[in-house]
Amino acid sequence: MSTRHTSWWKTAIGVLLTALMLFPVYWMLNVSFTRDQDMRKSPPDWFPLHGTLEGYRAVIDQQLPYLGTSLVIALGTVVLTAAIAAPAGYALAKLRPRGGGALSFVLLVAQMIPGIIMAMGFYTIYLKLGMLQSVPGLIIADSTIAVPFAVLIFTAFMDGIPGELLQAARTDGAGHLRTFWSIVLPMSRNAIVTVSLFAFLWSWSDFVFASTLDGGGAHEPITLGIYHYIGNNNQQWNAIMATAVVASIPTALILVLAQRYVAAGVTAGAVKD
Amino acid sequence: MNDTAQIPEDRSVRDGDGAATVVPSRGRAGAEPTRSRPRSQQWAAWGFLTPVVIYLGVFYAYPLYRNIDLSLRNYTVRSFVDGNATFTGPANYRAVLDDPTFMPALTHTVVFTAASLLLQYGIGLALAVFFTQHFRLAATLRALFLVPWLLPLIVSASTWSWMLNSDSGVVNAVLRAVGIGPVNWLTSPSWSLASVVIANIWIGIPFNLVVLYSGLQSIPASLYEAAALDGANAWQRFRHVTFPLLRPVSAITLLLGLVYTLKVFDIIWIMTRGGPVNSSTTLATWSYRLGFGNALPAFGHGAAVGNLLVLIALVFGMVYIRVQRKQQAS
Repeated sequence: MSTRHTSWWKTAIGVLLTALMLFPVYWMLNVSFTRDQDMRKSPPDWFPLHGTLEGYRAVIDQQLPYLGTSLVIALGTVVLTAAIAAPAGYALAKLRPRGGGALSFVLLVAQMIPGIIMAMGFYTIYLKLGMLQSVPGLIIADSTIAVPFAVLIFTAFMDGIPGELLQAARTDGAGHLRTFWSIVLPMSRNAIVTVSLFAFLWSWSDFVFASTLDGGGAHEPITLGIYHYIGNNNQQWNAIMATAVVASIPTALILVLAQRYVAAGVTAGAVKD
Repeated sequence: MNDTAQIPEDRSVRDGDGAATVVPSRGRAGAEPTRSRPRSQQWAAWGFLTPVVIYLGVFYAYPLYRNIDLSLRNYTVRSFVDGNATFTGPANYRAVLDDPTFMPALTHTVVFTAASLLLQYGIGLALAVFFTQHFRLAATLRALFLVPWLLPLIVSASTWSWMLNSDSGVVNAVLRAVGIGPVNWLTSPSWSLASVVIANIWIGIPFNLVVLYSGLQSIPASLYEAAALDGANAWQRFRHVTFPLLRPVSAITLLLGLVYTLKVFDIIWIMTRGGPVNSSTTLATWSYRLGFGNALPAFGHGAAVGNLLVLIALVFGMVYIRVQRKQQAS
């Protein structure tokens, strides 16, 4: 009897703590539905009683192209990251290359370089190549956030594939390429999902590369859409917050559909940009 | 073909989770002495690694090289385009070290990093311990705690900006209700750094919670039972069992957090742009402002500040890697 009592008590505390932690998220939603004339009310409305969709109308009118660009860039980053990292993971996990340890070390170090420094280097290069304000340029830059992490994840996952399986494939005459494509890749589904999720999320959320390499371009991602909003019309916070809500949709989807992959990614080691 | 057929044989020894049994390869046993790294496998391995090696060279090493080059030359907007800036050696570094912004930026970086780390870790650990207790909804609530970490930084930063708004922000509304005068969170030099630290702690708690929680899972329950039998209360159990056994995970979490917090840029830039009057400027935001934030960019100076930041990050990065290797070895 007493254990059930304490258990409910703990659940109550847990709910309270979670509510406190997620209050900013609630506030973003609340403000996104608030009418312009109520925006500077004091004290503020705690619930969107006189809710409006003005903010979301502004998103549809003005922000759709940004969202589309972000989607293209994020998907491009996912493909590029996986294409480079998956073969590397296979080699490091299963083929024991000479110098593999050194390469893993370089990847670990690469992960620690601040994005702002990378951005400055990319800027000078893109300026010369005329690749500033281009979508492919931003995809390449965004992928640098994810590639080292992706190689580490692929290596860790592929290390767990039983050697007997690969051996069987080889004795049946499959070459390295075929073994990789027909056996290793299909068995690495979890790694592919984890890597794709993080690559998508990081690219979708990127602000540093977008603002330095893509500012003022014809195709800007949603992070710049929000940034311009904050800079331009400081008063329309329902529109700003509505855009923020829409920009958070991938986060929500990932949390609902693929939460276990997220936890796996975090604990697999060095994450968080 | 002979060589490739040989490989699986000795691979199976290594992969068979510690079991020392060699899986016999079909009818080929003894045909050739087993080598640990057959040459054809080496070729295949580096074939698979070629994309990532080229990638690292072109998209990591080269931008970094360009950045170093940038910091050693006297770049103006004109020479930036023409590409014929004069080599000035360490002049840019001397200039930024002598700049009146340098000391404040360095101090703010240290304060921002230390305050963020300490509170993220403290709160994350408390929550992790709380969530190890079994209660209804624990898993769901723990998953919800991930939200701040998964949100795009611009979303978090702009939400916090509006919450901390002096006149219409919800934080000041709450403070007013309990009789505390309005705080100019983002517009007063004495509060701006605290404001960005608060937002950054909020973003960093989930990471600490998840990693420390998984660390707690690996502490055997029997140790707690033994301590409880010896009459240790909850605090004593935490103090003498949990905390010491969690030390390796704590070290990794803090060091990794340190490397990542040093380079935080988005949150500060979006919330305060490092202002007012540099009161929340860190090395990262200063570097960005020098290179991109002014009408007259000082790329050389910006690159110099950036490289100093890389240097600091790498020092702690090496410490992290050392600690991690040592833990794996033991």
